[in-house]
Amino acid sequence: MSDTIAVPNKLPATSGRYRISDHLTSFGPLIALAALLLIGGLINESFLSSANISNVLTRSALIGIIAIGTTFVITAGGLDLSVGAMSALVAGLMIMFMNAVAPTLGTGWVTVLAGILFALLLGTMAGLVNGVLITRWRIEAFIVTLGTMGIFRSLLTYLSNGGAISLESGLRSTARPIYYGTLFGIAYPIIALAILAIVGEFVLWRTRFGRHCAAIGSNAAVAKYSAINVSRVRIATYILQGLCVAVATLIYVPRLGAATPSTGVLWELEAIAAVIIGGTVLSGGYGRIWGTIVGVLILGLIQNILNLTSWFSPHLNGSIQGAIIILAVLMQKGRAAR
Amino acid sequence: MALATVAASSSIALAEKAKIGVSIPAATHGWTGGLNYHTKRTVDALRKAYPDLEFVITTADSATKQVNDIEDLVAVQKINALVVLPFESDPLTEPVKEAKKQGVFVTTVDRGLSEEGIEDLYVGGNNPEYGRIAAEYFKTKLKGKGKVVVMRGIPTAIDNIRIDAFKKALDGTGVQVLDMQYANWNPDKGFEVMQDYLQRFPQIDGVWAGDDDAALGAIEAISQAGRDKGMIVLGGSGMNKVFKRIMDGDKLIDADIFYPPTLIIPAIGATAMKFATGAPVSGRWVLGSPLITKENAEQYYFPESPY
Repeated sequence: MSDTIAVPNKLPATSGRYRISDHLTSFGPLIALAALLLIGGLINESFLSSANISNVLTRSALIGIIAIGTTFVITAGGLDLSVGAMSALVAGLMIMFMNAVAPTLGTGWVTVLAGILFALLLGTMAGLVNGVLITRWRIEAFIVTLGTMGIFRSLLTYLSNGGAISLESGLRSTARPIYYGTLFGIAYPIIALAILAIVGEFVLWRTRFGRHCAAIGSNAAVAKYSAINVSRVRIATYILQGLCVAVATLIYVPRLGAATPSTGVLWELEAIAAVIIGGTVLSGGYGRIWGTIVGVLILGLIQNILNLTSWFSPHLNGSIQGAIIILAVLMQKGRAAR
Repeated sequence: MALATVAASSSIALAEKAKIGVSIPAATHGWTGGLNYHTKRTVDALRKAYPDLEFVITTADSATKQVNDIEDLVAVQKINALVVLPFESDPLTEPVKEAKKQGVFVTTVDRGLSEEGIEDLYVGGNNPEYGRIAAEYFKTKLKGKGKVVVMRGIPTAIDNIRIDAFKKALDGTGVQVLDMQYANWNPDKGFEVMQDYLQRFPQIDGVWAGDDDAALGAIEAISQAGRDKGMIVLGGSGMNKVFKRIMDGDKLIDADIFYPPTLIIPAIGATAMKFATGAPVSGRWVLGSPLITKENAEQYYFPESPY
């Protein structure tokens, strides 16, 4: 009798506790973000000004858009270390392409649009190469993308002769609004990030492709026996990543109008950090785009706050960033680990 | 077989044919990109002029890689002379000393080694002067008082020397340094750091970006924020794009400090001359870091260079 009473008593209690910890793990990154906003607001009065927030959001859009692709790759149990080098190479080739067609197509939007299409094509190709090498040739994703990272970056260094590849000034002024322009006061990169995030979240949670990503990431063998075409889904995630890199790059190029060997250095780690901070599981199987966006904002805000204060020696900036990354992940993992 | 050929030719030719190894940092940012470009050009020209001299160029993206490069140059390539631009002074000192012990003629470029008397020849820019000239520029331009923000480079010994000299020269003047952050001699970082400076400080009279790449990023941020009135930006190290702006009479950036990647040219040149002519060559060759303004920019303008 005590058993029959104990069971119904226990069940709601258990599920109730589960819920609380679920929420804690789930909203950890949001709490971290709120804490950062509070600290920032206390530190400097211009921190919460629309100009500052707009700056940080616009800058973060670059990594944010890349990190949306990264969320898919990681959810499907993969990894892409080549995205920083890829965006540098795509930027360089896109600029060279636009400069080359400008004499025939002019320095107007036709050339810029051609450049955009070219960048999207390059991103797709680069993602396809990564995906095919990983799935068809069965090489570890870490190794393949470590390799292509080196290849992409040194190709750019070679093409730029070690210096900068610069967009012609006429084209620069045409393309400038892509980064600096606004719609109803909101910068285009922020709008692009928001749209892609919504679409990404929808695809990840509401489509078969998204469910397949999670299934493969959680157990590739089981997914295979469930008649999921594992290779095809995996290749698609890398192509998606390549496309996201291309979109980020076509926003990046108008900002300074040049690609250099230092373009996109460490972007891959920033993107991966944002994804993990946001609650996606590094080993695959579970991912969420909104978390990734929060992760990107956390990273962007830390940088911004450190620049807005003189509390720490700039030598220590990296350690503050590192500590906050670990803390943010801890906040969402603390309960789940038990 | 290729190995045998190399070994044979070097043992026969050692008497009249000298081999010069050049070890420089890889093209990871604008200035080193320029450095790589000028190294290649110089070596190409010298190969043509002196067919008896052999050259081997290695580039390193870290101090560790550079140590390996130098060991290989000495042990495998059996070089007679080493022209080295150390990635970092301290870690490179012992390996270069070891090369010297093996009888290699040593030329150091730009940053010296941390021990004196190892190199036979030194060719470099003047880093303390670089910082001091920057300070003088702001003192003159701001008429002795104003607010300045600073973008440092990559945390290195050179950066410290420049910044120390800059701060020392501003001591006791009315020019106030609001803050210093690292922008890694990089346009993206320069852009972001400048955006944040503009948010934080309602009044900024001058920006010392320490490098032209970072300066270009800062300029984008300034013009986006519409704060370009009454502000002056000083870059440095000699990017042709910036010289062009100075020559065109840009209001925001009207001067630059010369610290050219071309300093590798006299270093390789003088080393080659020693072996080509047999004459003894040694000593120090310090290039000036003059202020480039509209009046003299044209002499320094080199549009073919990637930097």
